[in-house]
Amino acid sequence: MSEVSYIDRPNRTLAVYAIAYLLFLYIPVLFLPLFSFNDAIYVAFPLKGFTTKWYEQLFNNEPMFAALLNSVQVGAVTATVSTLLGVFAAKAVTRYRMPGKNPVVGFIMLPLVIPGIIFGVALLILMSRLGVPLSLYTVTLGHIIVCVPFSMATLIPRFEGFDKSIEEASADLGENMFGTFWRVTLPMVFPGLVASFLLCFTISFDEFIMAFFLSGTEPTLPIFIWNQLRFPQRVPGVLALGTIILVISFAVVFFAQWIRNVGIHDKTKRGM
Amino acid sequence: MSSSDPMISIRSVAKSFGPVRAVEAVSMEIAEGEFFSLLGPSGCGKTTLLRMLAGFETPTSGEIFIDDQPMSSVPPHQRPVNMVFQSYAIFPHLNVRANIAYGLRKQKLPKQQQNAMVDEMLELIKLPGYGDRRSHELSGGERQRVALARALIKRPKVLLLDEPLGALDKQLREQMQLELRALQRSVGITFVFVTHDQEEALTMSDRIAVMSKGRCLQIDTPNRLYEAPSNREVAAFIGTINFFDASIKSVNGETANVDAGVLGEVKAPVGDGTFASGMKVLLAIRPEKLSIESKKPKRSAHAVEGVLDAAAYLGERSHYYVRVDGIERPIAVSAQNAHRMLEGIDDQPRPVWLSWSSDSAVILDAK
Repeated sequence: MSEVSYIDRPNRTLAVYAIAYLLFLYIPVLFLPLFSFNDAIYVAFPLKGFTTKWYEQLFNNEPMFAALLNSVQVGAVTATVSTLLGVFAAKAVTRYRMPGKNPVVGFIMLPLVIPGIIFGVALLILMSRLGVPLSLYTVTLGHIIVCVPFSMATLIPRFEGFDKSIEEASADLGENMFGTFWRVTLPMVFPGLVASFLLCFTISFDEFIMAFFLSGTEPTLPIFIWNQLRFPQRVPGVLALGTIILVISFAVVFFAQWIRNVGIHDKTKRGM
Repeated sequence: MSSSDPMISIRSVAKSFGPVRAVEAVSMEIAEGEFFSLLGPSGCGKTTLLRMLAGFETPTSGEIFIDDQPMSSVPPHQRPVNMVFQSYAIFPHLNVRANIAYGLRKQKLPKQQQNAMVDEMLELIKLPGYGDRRSHELSGGERQRVALARALIKRPKVLLLDEPLGALDKQLREQMQLELRALQRSVGITFVFVTHDQEEALTMSDRIAVMSKGRCLQIDTPNRLYEAPSNREVAAFIGTINFFDASIKSVNGETANVDAGVLGEVKAPVGDGTFASGMKVLLAIRPEKLSIESKKPKRSAHAVEGVLDAAAYLGERSHYYVRVDGIERPIAVSAQNAHRMLEGIDDQPRPVWLSWSSDSAVILDAK
């Protein structure tokens, strides 16, 4: 008899499937760095030669840096506001008895399933009716609507994960609601806050549809990239930019996973 | 107990959660320095009552006074009470020292004095040197002590304890019962202790309120609750007891003669109730107040013959169940195993005699 249990036994078919799946997922992405170092305008084989000139051009590309800065600003504000709203909403949903709680939560979560194009058009019509000029502010507003449900979905398990009597103990020991939130609730949900912030920032950073409808004269990075694709000679620059974003994204994801594991590690120890 | 005003006065307090009536018009007074227990099965309203004292729940009607102050408009963080939670609720992101000092922030004490107070508390709970540990590095018993220290450092007028020993194993629990009782005597703070464990309540309390289905059945000292329960529910909830249908024949001051069917005419003390001739009552006798013998006893006031139905050996004592013709349920008897019983217990069906003295039975209202 085999020493390993049924569930642990190696399965060749599944292994092949897993490898094929990973290749399918990442090979297209790997073309990005490959062609970003290729000395040719057109993305086609055979490769012409190694160059770093696309990266050099990128560093002198003022509009690109302006778009990048726009996206970082929009992303940071979106992530901060969405996470703040998410914290209060998650606390309310998990802690208080209130009438009509489920419908309210449903409405907040609705943007998860409503196509972005519908929300984008709706907001565009609303803004133009109200006479609000399109700008990075309107893009940020759109992104917050998209991000709050993600923030809530990240934070609700955090709130549900800790004993309500811990907050009661704080009140019992003389802290009012604000003091309890600051000294107990916030530190305990902190890993969730970081996760929510990173998630919202990432969503906002690569969001296209809302930004397409709601941005004015200042483009976000996805809009900028979209505009570049119309000019063949700019495509390698986009590839170089894509490569840099890819590297940073990987770094952020690993960091987020690490933070998450730190939190989970603590939790299992607490459960003992 | 002081003769002055009570520390806690609960006046017709009721609490409903929607259609569920958790507590129904409960009134009680708890004296300063008293160790007072709320005892009852789960769902009897004892924890809800405790949470109303802490301020986490608001009474639907009635008023709670602590140290003569009405509490209904006082939020939890301003009440002169502190609580030890069932789950201990130790702050997991803080170490033991910071947990214990948590409630001192508002007092704005100099750091040195605060540290001295925490050290004193660590001594009191016998965990010196544990200051830097985190909650997950503590055992259940240690967490319980930290929760206690964190509440006591505030020098509350009343300490509320919500089944604080429920999560501990039996030996540790018995040790903590004694320690908690000793601690309460040394600090002199009024303790209100919620438990479903009657043995625990009897061991620790000055007085106990027995609760059931949101109502308070009896408030009394442990020995009076056991020996002189005022009604059937309390008698049945605290310990084991045998009930016999009976009717009053005559009442002579403190004692009464009742007609108890096959048990014959029995003399027994009357409890708190008022009884008149002809009333249907219950005669109640604790299992350990009955003696079991194979021959008819000569000197006992009351005796009845039956057949041994079952027996169980429990180490320091044995339980016997005896069937008596005309009585529906077998009568439970508990006897000390005063002699070694190496051959085990003789549970063969055989005729036996049960006897008891006239002051060991109690007469209760049949309702």
